[in-house]
Amino acid sequence: MPQEHRQILKHVDQPGYTVDVECYLRHGGYATLRKALALAPKTLPDGRTASPPEQLREEVRLSGLRGRGGAGFSCGMKWSFVDRKSGKPIYLICNADESEPGTFKDKQIIYKDPHQLIEGMILACYANDVRLAYIYIRGEFAEGARILNRALAEARSRNFLGRNVLGSGYDLEIHVHRGAGAYICGEETGLIESLEGKRAYPRIKPPFFPAVLGLYLCPTIVNNVETLCAVRHIIALGGAEYAKLGTPNNTGTRIVSISGHVRRPGYYEIEVGKATLGELIFDPAFGGGLREGRQLKAVIPGGSSAKVFKAGEKFRLKRKGPDGKEAERELELLDLPYDFDAIIAAGSMSGSGAIIVLDDSTDMVRALANLSEFYAHESCGQCTPCREGSLWMAKALRRLSTGQGRARDADYLTHIADNIPGGRTICAFGEACSWPVQSFVGKFKDEFVARGAADEKRRAEEARAAAAARSLTPAAQPEAAGL
Amino acid sequence: MSSASTSESKPAPPPVEKIKVKVDGREVEVPRTMPDPLTGKPLPTTMIQACALARVDVPHYCYHPKLPVAGNCRMCLVEFGTPALGPDRKPLLHPDGSARIAKSPRPAIACATPISPGMEIYTATPAVKQMRESILEFLLINHPLDCPICDKAGECRLQEYSMDYGEAASRLAEPKVHKPKRVDLGPRIVLDDERCILCSRCIRFTRDIAGDDALGFINRGSYSTLTAYPGRVFDNNYTLNTVDLCPVGALTSKDFRFQMRTWFLKETKSVCTSCATGCNILIGSREEKIYRYVPRQNDGVNSCWMCDYGRLNYQWIHREDRLVEVQARRGAALERISWAAAIAELAGKLTATPAGSAAVIASARQTNEELYLLQQIARKLGALSDSIPRAGEPDHLLVSADRNPNSTGARWLGLASDPLGARLGEIARGVESGRIKTLLVFGEDVTRNGLPAEWLSRLELLVVSDILPNATTSLAHYLLPGCAHAEKRGTFTNVKGRVQRFLRAIQPRGDARPEGEFLRELAERVTGRPQPVSIEGLFNQLARETPAFAGLTWSSLGDTGAEGRL
Repeated sequence: MPQEHRQILKHVDQPGYTVDVECYLRHGGYATLRKALALAPKTLPDGRTASPPEQLREEVRLSGLRGRGGAGFSCGMKWSFVDRKSGKPIYLICNADESEPGTFKDKQIIYKDPHQLIEGMILACYANDVRLAYIYIRGEFAEGARILNRALAEARSRNFLGRNVLGSGYDLEIHVHRGAGAYICGEETGLIESLEGKRAYPRIKPPFFPAVLGLYLCPTIVNNVETLCAVRHIIALGGAEYAKLGTPNNTGTRIVSISGHVRRPGYYEIEVGKATLGELIFDPAFGGGLREGRQLKAVIPGGSSAKVFKAGEKFRLKRKGPDGKEAERELELLDLPYDFDAIIAAGSMSGSGAIIVLDDSTDMVRALANLSEFYAHESCGQCTPCREGSLWMAKALRRLSTGQGRARDADYLTHIADNIPGGRTICAFGEACSWPVQSFVGKFKDEFVARGAADEKRRAEEARAAAAARSLTPAAQPEAAGL
Repeated sequence: MSSASTSESKPAPPPVEKIKVKVDGREVEVPRTMPDPLTGKPLPTTMIQACALARVDVPHYCYHPKLPVAGNCRMCLVEFGTPALGPDRKPLLHPDGSARIAKSPRPAIACATPISPGMEIYTATPAVKQMRESILEFLLINHPLDCPICDKAGECRLQEYSMDYGEAASRLAEPKVHKPKRVDLGPRIVLDDERCILCSRCIRFTRDIAGDDALGFINRGSYSTLTAYPGRVFDNNYTLNTVDLCPVGALTSKDFRFQMRTWFLKETKSVCTSCATGCNILIGSREEKIYRYVPRQNDGVNSCWMCDYGRLNYQWIHREDRLVEVQARRGAALERISWAAAIAELAGKLTATPAGSAAVIASARQTNEELYLLQQIARKLGALSDSIPRAGEPDHLLVSADRNPNSTGARWLGLASDPLGARLGEIARGVESGRIKTLLVFGEDVTRNGLPAEWLSRLELLVVSDILPNATTSLAHYLLPGCAHAEKRGTFTNVKGRVQRFLRAIQPRGDARPEGEFLRELAERVTGRPQPVSIEGLFNQLARETPAFAGLTWSSLGDTGAEGRL
């Protein structure tokens, strides 16, 4: 039976667990930081000496941690790209701009266990020789920003932050920066621009890779809230030990946000890949199944920008069997293990870990119209394909969902969506706005075509009726016509 | 924008390492780095620069070689590949020894992607063509398509690329986005936000080149709108460059809009005369009327820019009160006479002038050739000579403190003192005392420069050549109508000693003749020395005789000029 494995959310929602530092300390908080700061330089087998920060980075590399923000990029590798020889300060930014529709995991941490995030950040900063870090929090999390600021003040007063942290000689300051309500601020280079006080226009890469030319054109690490919390557990457990959680290449735990047509929507922390999509939707420990009498229609597996899965889809995936050999196996949608690689191999992504469940009461045209509306509203407008394409698709879908459709609108939408992604845009928003359209229309094409055809038929009938009414009018009033 | 050769005579920078790349199958060798347009610091050469060096055109809207890269229009997307590496990080080779190329699965914007050794850039594949078509479709769906009433028509990038990548019919079935029209952005610019393709060239220009961070985008997505910041007016001396930079008809010049279709304009290479910088320009004219000046690229002088003042300083050429008659004073009144009569009478009078009794006020707005002829007359007469300085506030970009276009030429040709005007007092005292009896004035109102009308009336002979009437022309004994630079050919020497030639855009009005023509006749008669008939010959002769111009010839000046010896 799959179970939750609460590590980051271990104390969250426990009766009596509060956000203040005393409570965190009672539950073992900041012990990992003390441990890390007390590390001594270590002589490696090859004779080199590894400084304490280098040792911490090595643990994170060994852990195999993959970023929890959406892209699932290796955290250790991201840290390894940082330009440490530029002589410029290195910045760390915690991306707390959780905005992907369906995602509500970082919010739990920020609102219910802020010190865990702060400890994770301090560890990540120490590991990367960062002296100044920022928490970029979405504007809508006003209370979250207050909680974080209180927690930072507490951390400062206890010298977990500030000058000479716990007597180690290491200085660190963390500031909270509130966004102003734009989804694109979650894109790391857009976030950096916004933090610099500009419009959150994502930067072109090359040349502006954050690890080299990030905040104020200095080397910068941008990590998600959950990723930074995982760092704390990696340092506490040791990288190799942490890597035993989850499945190979998909290590650790991650928080899954389940929403939509399930009985128990909510957040669940699992070992990555140790539960299948079907279990997450139907198991009483997780989503608890659909409402009475409903059938599963579709699943969006990783936040609203992930490509939708259709109920009953089957995938041929290369999986390692129990004997360690790789073999191609056919998997039902509901048997897909919920990890990074399997969902990508099935043609979508686990993204921000947000599973949106759609049952057979869902009108796919209206559902997609709703999603596209969001992306048209949130496109920053910097580069052409996304700026024009996102609104074009939203308008077409609004038309199609309000009785003005055409049978050819399915192809029309696919044509627009195909011209946006695949490296044609500055950032991944191009993919985010076109993947839902490509997948909804691709997998539920009959629904879109039928809607458009019905609209055309109805409009043709209305036109005929109106024409007939016009031709009848003079005959009905012959004297008026005679004038 | 025409591509111009740079002929800066600065010390050559250290040689830059060259690397080989292939553009559409053709190998070219390009520098590994090229200077940043703003700082001059070396930056990795980009694909679009390599393509330009290979003479392969990559369509683009937001990229401009003189502006920081934005990468937002996506029109320059190309496919590319790099040498494939084996597990040992060594290049994989084909059986014939050539490098195996790993083609990138994703396209890249040519404007921002650095080249690397062995890279292959593909600009003509079906995928690239399809991407261009889709970008153009996206740009056009919300565009008003009002070319028939758009001032940019004829020189619009949207139009140009529509010919190559556009569809005849629009697929759009939804209403277009509507945005502000006829936005009064500043005293010289009107903005049509619906035409704007949000390339941000204007924003980057005014922020990074003009140093006036006045423009920005508001709203998001397809509703993004170009605007001046709240409470700000787009008003600096370089705003009209954004009209040139605008690849579409969003930013239009209040001066030029609705005046003339661009394809009717004859373009003449010329030089701006509003200060000593000598910005290279194109004069747009039709049927002897000037409609606009636009900057012409010259990296040794003005890059691609010019100031608004200089750009709009052409209307006076068409003023109604232009001097259009040769006149001679008969008694109290000025009467119209012929050029032949005027030259003959003047030659006679000047030849009879006793040495040392004449003075010449040359203008630092005259061409080198005119000044050369005048100098010969002045020397023959033993005349004192000088020019009147014009000074103003210089700026950080182009405007020079010297507002004469040819002060350097006037000094080099020995007519003007250094600094300009140092001998004016001596001339004035000579006129006042009656020692100077003959005064030749070119293009200046000397009554406003230390020679009051009362003193001028003591002169036995006052010869004035000018373009517009003023207090001095009204006192002239002989009035010789001259020409604006747009009406003649010649050369100016700018503040840095760069000699630049300009060509005739329109014909002079009435009897007005280029000063070089009548000065040649007069100089021949006064000095007895034959002079070359053509401007080319005159320049070549003055260059031979004047050390500062040594080695220059009319043809060696080219379109962008050459430096004399300071």
